[in-house]
Amino acid sequence: MPQESINKDNQELTMSLEPSESRKQPITLPKSGTGIRGLDEITAGGLPAGRPTLICGAAGSGKTLFSMEFLVHGATQFNEPGVFMAFEEKAEELAVNVASLGFDLNELQREGKIRIDHVHVERSEIEETGEYNLDGLFIRLAYAIDSIGAKRVVLDTIESLFAGLTNQAVLRSELRRLFEWLKEKGVTTIITGEKGEASLTRQGLEEYVSDCVILLDHRVENKISTRILRIVKYRGSIHGTNEYPFLIDEEGISVLPVTSLQLNHSVSSERMSSGIPALDKMLGGEGFFRASSILVSGTAGTGKTSIAGSFVDKTCSDGKRAIYFAFEESPRQIVRNMQSINIDLQSHIDAGLLQFSAARPTLNGLEMHLLNIVKLVEKFNPSVVVLDPISNLITVGSNSEVKSVLTRLIDFLQGLGITVMFTALTLNDNRTEQTDDGVSSLVDVWILVRDIESNGERNRGLYVMKSRGMKHSNQVREFVITDQGLKLVEVFLGPEGVLTGSARETQQLLEKTSEALRDHAVSRKDREIERKRFVLESKIASLKEEFESLQEELNKSYIEDELKKSIMDDNRRELTRKRDDLL
Amino acid sequence: MEEVKEDIWELRLYVAGKTARSVAALANLKKYCEEHLKDKYVIEVIDLLVHPQLAEGDQILAIPTLVKKVPEPIRKIIGDLSNEEKVLVGLNIRPAK
Repeated sequence: MPQESINKDNQELTMSLEPSESRKQPITLPKSGTGIRGLDEITAGGLPAGRPTLICGAAGSGKTLFSMEFLVHGATQFNEPGVFMAFEEKAEELAVNVASLGFDLNELQREGKIRIDHVHVERSEIEETGEYNLDGLFIRLAYAIDSIGAKRVVLDTIESLFAGLTNQAVLRSELRRLFEWLKEKGVTTIITGEKGEASLTRQGLEEYVSDCVILLDHRVENKISTRILRIVKYRGSIHGTNEYPFLIDEEGISVLPVTSLQLNHSVSSERMSSGIPALDKMLGGEGFFRASSILVSGTAGTGKTSIAGSFVDKTCSDGKRAIYFAFEESPRQIVRNMQSINIDLQSHIDAGLLQFSAARPTLNGLEMHLLNIVKLVEKFNPSVVVLDPISNLITVGSNSEVKSVLTRLIDFLQGLGITVMFTALTLNDNRTEQTDDGVSSLVDVWILVRDIESNGERNRGLYVMKSRGMKHSNQVREFVITDQGLKLVEVFLGPEGVLTGSARETQQLLEKTSEALRDHAVSRKDREIERKRFVLESKIASLKEEFESLQEELNKSYIEDELKKSIMDDNRRELTRKRDDLL
Repeated sequence: MEEVKEDIWELRLYVAGKTARSVAALANLKKYCEEHLKDKYVIEVIDLLVHPQLAEGDQILAIPTLVKKVPEPIRKIIGDLSNEEKVLVGLNIRPAK
């Protein structure tokens, strides 16, 4: 036996020397899952089982809700009954408060899964004389725990004791004893505490006796609130140390650790069309890479939303899903406006392929927007996500915050293989090469739409600023929005560069005219030649005629001579015969 | 008759086992009652180790706790009741100074 254990130790020792991730941990701290989305990831499994955890924060930061979710999830998901010892709210009040999250506390109490004990401390009723301890509380708690076999306990908030009882020394020592006792009992405990001025709690006691401290914060910046969660300490466990934004909605608390900035997502060389054939042509002929991020930026009214709309339309027509996050217009408005350029988004909505999510940026803080997007994306599982426009997000956060949020969003979406298109408004100045959100460096494809103002009219020009990993056109193309959708017009180069609008049309006309003139000139020359040929040919014919008559003349004299000769010959023969006869 | 009934002090002393403190508290209480409320009081001693379920009803936290339910108002006095003055004020036997 001893031999064996030594071997085991050696093995563990060598194992731990290996730097690989499969490092064996001899003792892992048992964890108690909270069932709160995302929190178990940050804490690597949940709260420390059988130990006290402090949840602290200011009023309204969600402490009670947090602890109630811990209990209810424990009872419903992990089969761990729980006791809620409420020092502030009555059982009925609590039940009503959490009913909005779909928790039926009364039912759970009837089933013996949760027990709520309201501890009421009324300062005016209590007189203190001499020594005492809090055995009464211990007994009550023990009774509640034992009556349902509870594994989880919430004390919300023990500070009320300090308000009700004056003997601080007794209270402090008793609370220490309480924590020890709870540990001995082996129940996982949450203590909530109001945030103090200089310390995490007002009494400065709970954070020291707790094995895990989670700070909830509710910040308001620019009149917009963001809820933040941070794990201040966690004895014996690794944990995420960042500030994580969290959301309280009809599904309770969700913490989404959208902070990983690992650039290790798989890439795809699959292409997807932008919905504008000419634009696809500019992008190496095939369109965007799947899971890439596309930024369409431009000044107001340059058709950014239309480009996004046509991309969504194409995606849905291919039978893929898309989510359109609109921060400026309502879904109906977008659908109606797209209709005018022959893009029917309503049919995609009806087919369940397209989902709109419209919210004013000021509705939430940035982090909340991110959480909402992430939640919706996870639920709907789209191939394409459009954010229109991201520039408005800047009204609720600073540049760096927007950038950080968008970085994480791109990261998250690329990890899922989702293509994302942002639209951004650029200010109408010479620095159109810069989006005010500073995201241009993050995206894979950047399409710039700008107005080109000349000759008393505004026209739209589109060009591909960058497109990672593919050949792309360097041309500024004129981009027209027609009843039949979006089109890129052929490039017309004038003496002063690319021509657009009427100038282009003029140039087109000019070219047509000159072509006609040229055509005309050509045909005149042709006819001249034809005529000359005709003249020459007739000349040739008359010469031929002349030649023939000459030849005939020649022939005639020749024949006459022959004839004369033969007649003379005949005459001579005749004469000869006649003479012979005479003889 | 009614007046007499109202004047009866119904006192409950919550303890947890026979600790020195609870014994002292009970002794102190009895002494004060004999002195000031002779024949006008009932003392009920509740041992929470035996009846833990009773702690919730009277909102007991500290041990020992003396609860005066009648006459109104309800008052709780916690501790070993060593300070006679405070106990008497707490029980409305003597008006607070």
